[in-house]
Amino acid sequence: MSTRATRVWRGLVQTARLCCGVPDYDAYVRHLQEKHPERPVPDYATFFRQRQDARYGKGGFRCC
Amino acid sequence: MKGGIIKASWAALALLGAVCIGVLALRRGEHVNALWIVVAAVSIYLVAFRYYSRFIGDRVMGLDATRATPAVLLNDGLDHVPTNKHVLFGHHFAAIAGAGPLVGPVLAAQMGYLPGTLWLITGVVLAGAVQDFLVLVISTRRNARSLGELVREEMGPVPGTIALFGAFLIMIILLAVLAMIVVKALTDSPWGMFTVIATVPIAVFMGVYMRYLRPGRIGEVSAIGVALLLAAIWLGGQVAAHPTWGPALTFTGTQITWMLVGYGFVAAVLPVWLLLAPRDYLSTFLKIGTIVALAIGIFIVMPDLRMPALTQFTDGTGPVWKGSLFPFLFITIACGAVSGFHSLISSGTTPKMLANEVDARYIGYGAMLMESFVAIMAMVAASIIDPGVYFAMNSPPAIVGTDAATVAQTVSSWGFVVTPDVLTAVAADIGENSILSRAGGAPTLAVGIAQILHSVLPGEGMMAFWYHFAILFEALFILTAVDAGTRAGRFMLQDLLGTFAPALRRTESWRANVIATAGCVGLWGYFLYQGVTDPLGGINMLWPLFGIANQMLAGIALMLCTVVLFKMKRDRYAWVSMVPTAWLLVSTITAGWQKIFHDNPGIGFLAQVNKYRAAVNAGELIAPAKTMSQMQQVVINNFINACLTAVFLAVVLSVLFYSVKAIRAARAQPLRTDRETAYVALQPQEAHP
Repeated sequence: MSTRATRVWRGLVQTARLCCGVPDYDAYVRHLQEKHPERPVPDYATFFRQRQDARYGKGGFRCC
Repeated sequence: MKGGIIKASWAALALLGAVCIGVLALRRGEHVNALWIVVAAVSIYLVAFRYYSRFIGDRVMGLDATRATPAVLLNDGLDHVPTNKHVLFGHHFAAIAGAGPLVGPVLAAQMGYLPGTLWLITGVVLAGAVQDFLVLVISTRRNARSLGELVREEMGPVPGTIALFGAFLIMIILLAVLAMIVVKALTDSPWGMFTVIATVPIAVFMGVYMRYLRPGRIGEVSAIGVALLLAAIWLGGQVAAHPTWGPALTFTGTQITWMLVGYGFVAAVLPVWLLLAPRDYLSTFLKIGTIVALAIGIFIVMPDLRMPALTQFTDGTGPVWKGSLFPFLFITIACGAVSGFHSLISSGTTPKMLANEVDARYIGYGAMLMESFVAIMAMVAASIIDPGVYFAMNSPPAIVGTDAATVAQTVSSWGFVVTPDVLTAVAADIGENSILSRAGGAPTLAVGIAQILHSVLPGEGMMAFWYHFAILFEALFILTAVDAGTRAGRFMLQDLLGTFAPALRRTESWRANVIATAGCVGLWGYFLYQGVTDPLGGINMLWPLFGIANQMLAGIALMLCTVVLFKMKRDRYAWVSMVPTAWLLVSTITAGWQKIFHDNPGIGFLAQVNKYRAAVNAGELIAPAKTMSQMQQVVINNFINACLTAVFLAVVLSVLFYSVKAIRAARAQPLRTDRETAYVALQPQEAHP
């Protein structure tokens, strides 16, 4: 039960972050390690700043 | 046996929906409970999702669970990431839900709750959700390309450019109309003004906190932000009651317009982490929270609908907006039934994260059903308040007068009996000086939301708190849309102008940035200013333009879907997008035509131009204009609006021309000619994110 609750909570946190344009950091780190082991892994703060700029830098369509 | 039971329960659900609709449509003379609307909507949504969306997925588009999506093929861990379908559903819904589905139904309620409710339900099932779903699939199978690129690829470069130009125009009108809603809500409202101004320092604090103190702690800082916002609402009540601060924060519509224009400019050139991003977090979470609270509230309170099912204003003489049920209801309620804007989200952003094609049904079709449900709740909120109060709040002063006694008398003469005392009492309850002529949707909706939330959580003076909470929640995401939209418009404009003056395309250049931002702000600022200052202006002037523009974009998106279906050689299923396309084109073109050429000056822009021009030539004043320059202003504004509507019509008709051309070409070919990317099989280990 507790693992299920943890999973749901993780999903909610991930959804909330994604709504703000911040994708899953763990998934990104995993991706880097698997596909591009030569690249440095940014810490969460750097990752967050880069994502923030990418999301809002160009404005973006907002729905009515 | 088990299958039989499941089938029987779906049939029962469909029957339940039909019964609810029947009750809504047939019961007369007594109040109907709001739950009938909610249950009707939800059961029809579920049945449509189970059967119609599955039909579209399996038969029409032939969704293939073994086909790799762009998220898998182009996985970069950032933009292209296979994402859990529930997570992506939440993201997609948050991106498509905005002020539109809340405002449209409130304005449409002047015809009674029934026409709007029926259109919301049928529109979403047959048009809106179909559009979002089809565009999502089409974009997913083309490397998650954007709508403009899709049109260019499938129909040619000319219609592609026309579609992009159309999208830019919609953006401008959207920003103007959204800003107008804020102006209408904050005029003469020191309480509302204080809370909205307070969001700026709160957001800046959050931005700095997240940048330097605790980087990336979105949840933590948003919780602090929401707490500060609630404190600001409470403080706003104190400030508004203060003898010096109250009057100091009381502004006219024109003053607020200039503040918004200035704000839009500054916010669009500031670094994003300082203001835009943190306020977007607040507005996103507050939006979702309020929607959930409203849904729970409606189920707990189970309010009666006090608005009649149909009013006498279905004939087109309504005070809130003019024009008959067909075509104007179908452009007034845009977003909750079908919204062209969604095609911009369904192409580009969401398809980059779709883990599997088959998830597109749940995310594309399902999220739009949710959006329609939000619109249904807005319809409920507008219909549970006293109809007399509704019309007093939403009718322009030129029709109903400017003091409580006259307004009550006029509105009562329409058959919606209300006393001046009721009007002043409602204003006092919500902590405002007056509720008269606050058309724009937000205040009416806020009164409805406040009544529902107040019934759930009663308390002395809490009504005013909830009212300003609802105003703040709408103002917050509208202002976020204004600066994000201005920023996006700036880049579009730089791209557009760059074709003529390449120096302007350099997005890193400060000069080009300022010129393009000023150009974009100037465009929406102009429409906002004309809407606020025009003696006949207001939301009734801008909303039809916005509705036509938004439905026009939906028409373009659905035409694209139709073209793609013919190119895929799915001719026998093409009706799935052709039927909603035809309906949208017929209602949009009729509405556009009537807005330009109708001989009633309340509807037709040119008739209004002629009426005022004739009076100017004769040296007469027509109320509510007070000076000759105001008379001139009416002439110019209506002329510009007529031209803009003509441009919209030209855009939609030319895309129609190119679509017919593309369909004929496709039918002449024996094999499929669409530009779908080649099939790549999904590897077993990639099947579940």
